[in-house]
Amino acid sequence: MSSPISREDVAHIASLARLSVTEKELDLFTGQLADILGHAADVESLDAHDVAPTYHPYPMTNVLRADVVRPSLDREEVLSQAPATESGQFRVPPVLGEA
Amino acid sequence: MTETALSLAAAVRNGDRTARSVVEEHLTAIEAREGDINAFNLVMTDDALAQADAVDAQVAAGEDPGPLAGVPLALKDNMCTRGVATTASSKILEGWEPPYNATVVDRLAAAGAITMGKTNLDEFAMGSSTENSAFGVTHNPLNLDVVPGGSSGGSAAAVAAGFASLGIGSDTGGSIRQPASFCGVVGVKPTYGAVSRYGLIAFASSLDQIGPLANNVADAAALYEAIAGHDHMDSTSIPLPALPVSSELDHGVEGMRIGVISELDGSGIEGIAVDVQARTRAAVDALTAAGAIVEQVSVPSVVYGLSAYYLIAPAEASSNLSRYDGVRYGLREDGANNEAMNIASRTAGFGDEVKRRIMLGTYALSAGYYDAYYGKAQKVRTLIIDDFAAAYEKFDVLVTPTAPTTAFEIGARTADPMTMYVNDICTIPSNLAGHPAMSVPYGVGDDGLPIGVQVLAPLLGEVAMFRVGAALERSLL
Amino acid sequence: MTVVYFTPDDHEPIIDPAIPEGWELVVGCEVHCELSTETKLFCGCQNKFGVEPNHNICPVCLGLPGSMPSVNEAAVEYAMRLGLALNAEVQGSVFSRKNYFYPDMPKDYQTTQFDLPTNVGGYLDLPDGVRVHLERAHIEEDTGKSTHIGGSGRIHDATHSLVDYNRAGVPLVEIVSRPDIHRIEDAKAYASELRAILLAIDVCDAKMEEGSMRVDANVSVRPLGSNELRTRCEVKNINSIRSLGRAIEYEANRHIDLYNSGESPNQETRHWDEAGGRSISGRSKEDSDDYRYFAEPDLVPLVPTDEEVQHIRDTMPMLPAARRTRLLDASSADPEAVDLVVGRGQDDLAFEVITAGGNGNSVVKHLTNNLADGTGQMSTESFVALVQMETAGDLSSTQTKTVLADLVASGGNPTEIAANHGFEAMDNSELESILDQLIAENPDEWARFAEGDRKVQGFFVGKIMKATRGQADGKVVNQLMQSKVG
Repeated sequence: MSSPISREDVAHIASLARLSVTEKELDLFTGQLADILGHAADVESLDAHDVAPTYHPYPMTNVLRADVVRPSLDREEVLSQAPATESGQFRVPPVLGEA
Repeated sequence: MTETALSLAAAVRNGDRTARSVVEEHLTAIEAREGDINAFNLVMTDDALAQADAVDAQVAAGEDPGPLAGVPLALKDNMCTRGVATTASSKILEGWEPPYNATVVDRLAAAGAITMGKTNLDEFAMGSSTENSAFGVTHNPLNLDVVPGGSSGGSAAAVAAGFASLGIGSDTGGSIRQPASFCGVVGVKPTYGAVSRYGLIAFASSLDQIGPLANNVADAAALYEAIAGHDHMDSTSIPLPALPVSSELDHGVEGMRIGVISELDGSGIEGIAVDVQARTRAAVDALTAAGAIVEQVSVPSVVYGLSAYYLIAPAEASSNLSRYDGVRYGLREDGANNEAMNIASRTAGFGDEVKRRIMLGTYALSAGYYDAYYGKAQKVRTLIIDDFAAAYEKFDVLVTPTAPTTAFEIGARTADPMTMYVNDICTIPSNLAGHPAMSVPYGVGDDGLPIGVQVLAPLLGEVAMFRVGAALERSLL
Repeated sequence: MTVVYFTPDDHEPIIDPAIPEGWELVVGCEVHCELSTETKLFCGCQNKFGVEPNHNICPVCLGLPGSMPSVNEAAVEYAMRLGLALNAEVQGSVFSRKNYFYPDMPKDYQTTQFDLPTNVGGYLDLPDGVRVHLERAHIEEDTGKSTHIGGSGRIHDATHSLVDYNRAGVPLVEIVSRPDIHRIEDAKAYASELRAILLAIDVCDAKMEEGSMRVDANVSVRPLGSNELRTRCEVKNINSIRSLGRAIEYEANRHIDLYNSGESPNQETRHWDEAGGRSISGRSKEDSDDYRYFAEPDLVPLVPTDEEVQHIRDTMPMLPAARRTRLLDASSADPEAVDLVVGRGQDDLAFEVITAGGNGNSVVKHLTNNLADGTGQMSTESFVALVQMETAGDLSSTQTKTVLADLVASGGNPTEIAANHGFEAMDNSELESILDQLIAENPDEWARFAEGDRKVQGFFVGKIMKATRGQADGKVVNQLMQSKVG
């Protein structure tokens, strides 16, 4: 059976997840993830086409909040936890491209 | 046997003891053994004494100090405490002081409980041994060479060591029940939605649930009642008050129908140790002797639980943990641009297990794989719920071992993630179904370490579950 | 009015004269509307524009660890109202997470609706009869705002960026149209009609310049006669309806130029540079389209009841198209003037004045020309009375304008104001004798007028106005002069 995940897959998902992995880690994670996904083969091969998925274990609908203003946080308290700030804002290195 | 939480609360409430003296006594215990055990990421000595004095002032003024007045409590360090470092045992949140309290923290304070400190856990609650912490391993108080279980290992160890009379943990796949089993204490995962998750640092949102750890079933029941009940800040919170479990504890199990899940009794799957099987049988025998009708029952799809869990939990985690990007709080490592900064911060801030699960979850959700992995796993949840529903047509509660083995040696399972994951095989089905489950200590194994028996109940079946838990506890007296 | 109905894959080509010959423009719009609720979509922070940075923030909209969303019922109601106004089907919906990293998105995922949006389908009929079909109108949260510092202040050469999360979590409805638009004017009409609807149903203040209504255009072109959908580019950062037209025209021509030189456009996001009059590639990342959507586990499904939907239908205000028809029918005024009155929200007043007996043309004329800034202190009754005086010939149009200005400034009774100004109806015999005297005094000028030199007309009108202290009706004077020439 072919491996359920390749080294290239792992490199790709690491980049999607904004993680950097060394070549050595890439080998290690590829092996481990392949092992875990190998165990998940039982689920993968299960015939469940007529089964509805469960997203919430306790089914509820229409949980809504009244449109009433509540106090916001103190800006200084929030900014005191930020790695870098400037003029009441969060400061970050330059951003490449728009989202 | 140390004093129970309820007896401490009673003594403080009626003025026989001051909360300060109770807290000081526990601080002394912490001082004596915390160096060996490492249950806490932070001991909140000054805060705890200040809270105790406030309780004592309430008592002196004739005000109601709450049902848990003066009871020392160990809080898992993945629940937000305003102005007090909250780390989830991750370097990425080291030193982060939240500007708000988790709902459970406010409820505990309202109940008069005294938070002694923030306890260690597997980073972001991902693990079964409390070895995956950025702040060191927690040792099992009963044997320092073995793990306390996880991820709520710090809270379980703190209760077992007498550092606190009560503990709060969170349970995504067994993270309260398995350490309870390893440390010889009671651990409860309530129905999903019974206890507000607002302020609990999310691991897997559709599975996470906060719950009690205690030295006995009655204390656990009182703690459950203090923290459960609807909270509008959590949209998945069940709009009901806490169920009245304490008043039902003594009602016994006469005539109750109890099923033993055959897939998880050792005959169905490999890996459940002989001594664990023996103690589970002993528990079943005791329940039969107490008047319950006990039979074997098959819940076939639970065998898919582990696989489904290790797709769903990482998938949700991969999204929940995206926010740790170095922009607003927590660790930032320099980068030439924002993206490079994100990558550097996340790479330096997360441990290997967290990275592994983020990548696994990212993969399970990614284009082309969603249906085969995440989508399919959510269908397995339906199968498990359906199978449980069939079982609960015939039975009030179900029984299994809590963990396949007793506590293992520190370092024994860190090399291979799968050997660690199988620890959760008995506990995971309840999380997938959202059902309540609890672990009750039921003697020791061949190595002298504790063994827990798990009692499972359907949605909002806490009353029956606690009754059975209390009956098991009584049978050991 | 010609009504042009068509579906995207079966229609006669629609030619836009602004597009090079032989090509058909294909445009779909994605419009983000900020809902004008009191609070944000998932938390109780104030939803307000123009506040000091990072003042309206809380654990939820900052995405702090442990925080959880709770849905604003007003946002859901507004979204359903919008859906029904756009003829969409309101259905049960589920919030999903759209995962991608961006510093102004606090959780690094956006909570939005994916496979089960609140509104599906629907359409918008443009005033010229074109029907633009809609895919969906879903609810989602807005992002914060980044300011790029250093360099020229633009994103590409900034030294760093500052992030303000006041806007993060503001409720949006994103309205996605099908690529049904084939003329630049229709794209502009679509945006402007949508804007009018948003204002009419009071769910969004629709200020494009403040970003509370943001129009992105998906632009492609195809050879005339073809039904294919070619590679499209999404043009963002369009700040006005005029810019929308410019951006589409630029983008369409860019595509055509590429095709003509044997190349093809890349599917990408582009940013409209208003000052430069061009679109710039957004340098979108290759991975960014794997958003790993999944149902938001922290929220439960929304299932509107039939009663709720019916209630929203029952309380739906009259929409712009119906308002235009009503005023057109009542006034027989010029459609463009009617559009303007409806657009300014003055059609209820116009309708009331006309119903009370005011001449429709006259009412619409005053509203468009003289009452752009509102009716001030003037009561509806006074407006009716004034229009009636004008129609009856008691006041000249110049006099009417003067009285109107007084009424707007300080209210009062139009008859009294006219009297105070000394405005009295002047009969034609009096005017005629003044004109005769002027002809006698200025025989050369009159001869030139009689020979057809219209330049001297103003000379006589001016003299008559001077002699009557402005009370003469210019129109009547002109008629009189014509009649004397024969």
